[in-house]
This record gives sequence, C-alpha cells and structure tokens, in this order.
Amino acid sequence: MDKFSIENMDLYYGNFQALKNINLHMQENKITAFIGPSGCGKSTLLKSLNRMNDLVEGCKITGDIRLDGEDIYGDMDINILRKRVGMVFQKANPFPMSVYDNIAFGPRTHGVKSKRKLDEIVEESLRAAAIWDELKDRLKKSALGLSGGQQQRLCIARALAVKPEVLLMDEATSALDPISTGKIEELCLKLKNEYTIIMVTHNMQQALRIADNTAFFLLGEMVEYGDTDSVFSSPKDKRTEEYITGRFG
Amino acid sequence: MDDNNAAIDVKNIKAINKVTFRQRMISYKRKPLSLLLLIIVGLAAFLSAAVLVFLIVFILIKGVPNLTPDLFAWEYNSENVSCMPAIINTLVITVLTLIIAVPFGIGAAIYLVEYAKKGNRLVKVIRTMAETLSGIPSIVYGLFGMMFFVTALHWGTSILSGAFTLAIMILPTIMRTTEEALLTVPDSYREGSYGLGAGKLRTIFRIILPSAMPGILAGVILAVGRIVGETAALIYTSGTATGTASSVMSSGRTLAIHMYVLANEGLYTDQAWGTAVVLLVLVFGINTLSAFIAKKLGTGKDK
Amino acid sequence: MREYFDKELRELNNQLIEMGSLVEQAIKNTVGILLKGGENGIDKAVEYEERINSAEKTIQNHCIKLLLHQSPVASDLRSISSALKMITDLERIGDHAIDIAEMSVYMLGKDNIYSMTHIPEMAEKASEMVTLAIDAFVSKDTELAKRVHDTDDVIDDLFNRVKDETVEIIHGDKDLGTQAIDVVMVAKYFERIGDHAVNIAEWVAFSITGSTEFE
Repeated sequence: MDKFSIENMDLYYGNFQALKNINLHMQENKITAFIGPSGCGKSTLLKSLNRMNDLVEGCKITGDIRLDGEDIYGDMDINILRKRVGMVFQKANPFPMSVYDNIAFGPRTHGVKSKRKLDEIVEESLRAAAIWDELKDRLKKSALGLSGGQQQRLCIARALAVKPEVLLMDEATSALDPISTGKIEELCLKLKNEYTIIMVTHNMQQALRIADNTAFFLLGEMVEYGDTDSVFSSPKDKRTEEYITGRFG
Repeated sequence: MDDNNAAIDVKNIKAINKVTFRQRMISYKRKPLSLLLLIIVGLAAFLSAAVLVFLIVFILIKGVPNLTPDLFAWEYNSENVSCMPAIINTLVITVLTLIIAVPFGIGAAIYLVEYAKKGNRLVKVIRTMAETLSGIPSIVYGLFGMMFFVTALHWGTSILSGAFTLAIMILPTIMRTTEEALLTVPDSYREGSYGLGAGKLRTIFRIILPSAMPGILAGVILAVGRIVGETAALIYTSGTATGTASSVMSSGRTLAIHMYVLANEGLYTDQAWGTAVVLLVLVFGINTLSAFIAKKLGTGKDK
Repeated sequence: MREYFDKELRELNNQLIEMGSLVEQAIKNTVGILLKGGENGIDKAVEYEERINSAEKTIQNHCIKLLLHQSPVASDLRSISSALKMITDLERIGDHAIDIAEMSVYMLGKDNIYSMTHIPEMAEKASEMVTLAIDAFVSKDTELAKRVHDTDDVIDDLFNRVKDETVEIIHGDKDLGTQAIDVVMVAKYFERIGDHAVNIAEWVAFSITGSTEFE
C-alpha cells in the first residue's frame, strides 16, 4: 500500500525550478531515505509532503501529491495534514518551555484538555522515543537544558504525541554525536512498525543502515529509486554510482 | 552536573594558563599603543560611571533631608507641598497610557513580523513612520494633544488627554522593540509549531509571544521611563492641577511636572529635591519590578 | 579521499592479477610434471604453492582494511567483496595444483598410465579455464567469464570419460588398480580446478554487473 504518492510534481522557487517531474510512491511502514548532494531538492521535496513549503514565499508546486489517496493540496485541512504528517527538523527545536509542555503542546493544539489524558500521552510519547527513563524526573525542567541528542529525541517524542501516521525527518541526526545518532537510528527501526518514516540524510551509511528504500536526487531530478540494498550495491544509473562512491558531490 | 571531584582542592591548584602581571608587562613593552588604548577606554568607562554616581549622590544629598512625612500627606496645599497626589497621578497616567499603547504597539508589530509579506510596501511605510515619530520632540506631541484631545474632542485638560498623548508618543517605541523581539524568535520555533499542526494564532500566542516577552518588556520599561519622566507633552494636556485627579476627565500633575512647576516657581526648591528622590526611587522601582516580571515570564532559561 | 581509495583499488587489482598469474604458472608447471615428467618441477610446485598462500593472506588483509576504512558501496563494494571470494578459489586451485604435482612425482618412473586416458585433455582444458577466468578479470570482460562458465560442461564430460576409462583399465589389468585410483583422483582435482575457475568467472561477472548469473 502506498502511503504517499507523488505524480508529475514540479516545484519552483520564483524562476528557479527546484524539482523536475518527480514521480515517487512511498510504502507504508517503511523507511524511505532521500539522498543526494546539497541543493538537489531532497529537503524541498520532504517539506512539500506536509506543506511546510507554503511558508516559503514564491514557492510554486504543480502536480499531484496524495496521502492515502487523498490530495494533500486539495480540500484537506492543512493543520490536519500536519497532524497526520509529523516533522523532525535538522536542528532540534524544542520550544522554550518545560519538557512536559513541549510534548503536550501538540495534543493541546488538537483539543486534548484532560490532565490525566495529557499525562498519559506525555509518558507514552517519551517512552516511544526511548527517552522516558532519562527525562521522567525532569518533566518540569526546561527542555533547553537537555543535551543535543536528548533535545532531538524530545522533538521526535513531541511529533509522536499528536499520533501522526508519517514522520518526516530532515537530516535529523546531522548535528548529533555518533552515540545519539545510533539511538535515533535504532528508534527509527522500532518506530517503522507503526509509522511510515521518510528521511533526508547526508549520511549514506545511515541510509544503508536503516532505510528500506532509497531515492537519489540530483539537480532537482529523481535519478534512482529502489530498495536500499540494490541502490547501494548495484545502482542502475551511472550518476548514482558516482555519487555514492564519492566520485563527485 | 554532579561534583565528582569534590576531593580535589581546586582553589590551591596553581594553574599555568593564567596571564601573569609580568607577562602582560612584557607584551605591553612590545606594543605600548595597546597600553595607551587600555588607559583611554578605562578612563572613559570610569568617567561615565562617575558622572552617573555623582548625579545620584548629588540628588540624594540634596533630596533625602527633605523627605519629610509632610511630603507624603494626602492633601496638597500651599503650606504643605505634598507630592503624594502627583505620585498617584503618575501611576494612573502610566497604567492608562500602557493600556492604550501596548495592545496597539504589540498588535502592529505582530502584523509586521508575522503577517505582512516580506518586502511589502506598507511595512516599509509603517517602519519609516514609526522611526520618524520616535524622533519628534515631545513638545510637538504636547501641542498636538492639546489641539486634538483637549480642544477638538473636548476632553479638556485631563488625565485622559495626557494618557492618549503619551500613548501616541510611546507607540513607536513599543512597536519597534516588540518587532525586534519578535524577529529574534528563531524561525525553528515557528516551524516546530506549524509542523505539529498548530495554526497561526496558537503559534503566535503560545510560542512566539512568550519567547519574545523579555524583549517586549524591555520596550515597555523604556516606555514607562519616558512616561514617568515626561513633562513637555503633558503640561498642556493633563495640566498642572495640584490635587489627586478625581476621575480620568480631571486634570492632574505627574511627578515630573510637579517638580518642574516647583522648580519654576522657585518657592519650594527643597521640596523639589525631595520629589526628585521620589522620582528616582519610583523609576528604579519600576525597572526592578519589570526585570523581575521579565524573569518570571521569560521562558527558556532553566529556573 | 577518492584519489587515495582509487589508488588502493588499483593496487588490489594488481595484486589479484599477480596472484592469478602465479596460479596459472603453478598449473602449467604441474601439467608439465604430469605429462612430461621432471623431478625438479616439484620444488618449483612447492614454491608456487607457498607464494600463492602468502598472496592470498596479503590480499585478504588488504580487502579487510579497505572494507574497514572506506565502507565501500556500489562497484567498490562489489570489486572488494569479489576479490575476497576470488582469492579463496585461486588458493584452492593452487592447492589442487600441488596435489596433482605430488601424485605425478609418485608415479614417475612407472608406465605413464595418464596418457592412456583423457587426463591430458582435462589438464589442457582446466588450465585453459583458469587462464580464461583470469583474463576475464584482468580485462573486466563478462564475455570471457561466460566462456569459462560454458567450458565447465566440457570438463565435466571429460571427468566422466576418465572414470569410465579407469574402470576399463582395472578390468584389463588388475595390477594397475592402485594407479587407476590415482588417475581418478587427479581427474577429480582437474574437475575441481574447473569448478573454481567457474567461481572466479562468476565473481568477475558480479563485480561488473552486480549479479553472479550469466544471461
């Protein structure tokens, strides 16, 4: 079952075409990785999946993007879309409030008021993000006092708290040390049983370690898409081969 | 962090990475110009501080002996020049002005930062106007207030006229400082909030404003400073009536005007000094209070 | 970094070519002993075997080092992993070569019963296959690799014929029984050499196309 399907998608920033005729179908409960050199459009594509590009002025999109067959640029409420498609950013961005309030922000936004229910969600989300044991005694402390790795996992927990179906991760581990990166990768593998994960990464080893499918982008085009093992062991396109073996980029 | 090297007597460690006096002298010998510069900037810092200290000490010496209980009597009459009515008037005008100006200033800033598109002509016009307005001498506001609020709207010389005049005067300050504060809120907070499906309104009120609060309050403090110290804009709008204003439609003098009048008449110079001390304490008090509130509201830092 | 890696990969390639040519020489030497006789050939055979073994160790360490340092992907991964597999096959061929050489020496001085069978043809085919496989590697040619693969049937047929011939020899002269068993063993060794050559050819194909299958 395709969770996300993208057909004939073009994206322009002003006069610059950042994505060219993208056709991509992403499966449910799989980790899909977008790789490619900087400026190839992979982050842009990711941000189109929960309409974060709407915030960018002069960004024009044409084509068809569907979540479970539903046109996300159609009648779907944008806030509902973002509830269904959560996002974790490159730089951990906890809000300047307590750990608890960070997690509870999303559920509160979507109408959860009962304190008991919120307590439940907070614990559940922190557990799902494998950070409950580290944070259970400092729920009332400011989230900004956490380490970088903890902040990023907190952001994952925050995204999970609104019970999304898809999790977008935009180079979520690029600013972290190897141990924290490892924890988040392990977390992704655990989470994919319940969520569909789409990630942009500069770390090819990371894509290799955790992604089921990998798409390679170059200059706004999707050059190759397939299961990660075949993309990395015998890429079909010469440009993919050259990029992943470090001959350019 | 746990103090896990409690056993080590840190104080008695002789660190080698400290620049000693000897080393400093050696490097100054090579570059005498840097020594000269050090002396100049040191002197500048000292003089600036000294002027301020001198001013405060001077006011205190002149004023403190005049801080008699009579000065704080509820009634003002020609035998007893009490400044109590003026204190109350000042507080009323300050609060009233803020009530009028703060929502508008913050609202305008929110529009400029969060809603208006970048490069919008209107934004540029508003910004230029705000900058121009903040540069206009306060007597001009006073004259405008007198002609518009006092005469045209028939509010008379009243606390209300004064408050509105001051509100117009501080609006640009509040707007600009709020705008600056909003601009320093990292975009990642906005992205994070939108990314969770929060709308614009919720993002602004739950995430952006709380983060910008210290900056906004700094602007409010600045505005309060101007209100409390203002004379020219008030003299023709809220007037110089000596008693406590019975309603917002009656005239009343603020502390600054009170002082101005006393000094002008030349009859109660001692009381003027006393009032100066009161004003000083008031301003200091307001600043401390605001700083305290900013700390309370200022989220983010670990308490 | 890529420049350094490319240099290392070229060196690995050279090491493999060198090992391949050692194996070719070892087989030629063995076939020489087998068909023409020659006492001093055995010393050379022992020397080849030792050199092949040490070449295997060197290349193996080189491959592991490259895997560790470069985390290779795509064609890099394929050439390094196929190198690791190929050296095992090359080393086995070396082992069989010396096995055959030792058996030949043992037979020297007796009536050469090998020439009564298809052993000479097998020897020729086996060394041809090894040469072809190594050529395929050197020139990165899947066509040559495929030819190795196809030749395997020929050598399998020859093995069956030698088996039948041996049975006949034993029927004809029971005294030749022990020698006849040796003949079968030598034939088996050549057949194995052929199999290893096919393996090598398959790894050559894998390193080029990503698949060990030939279309």
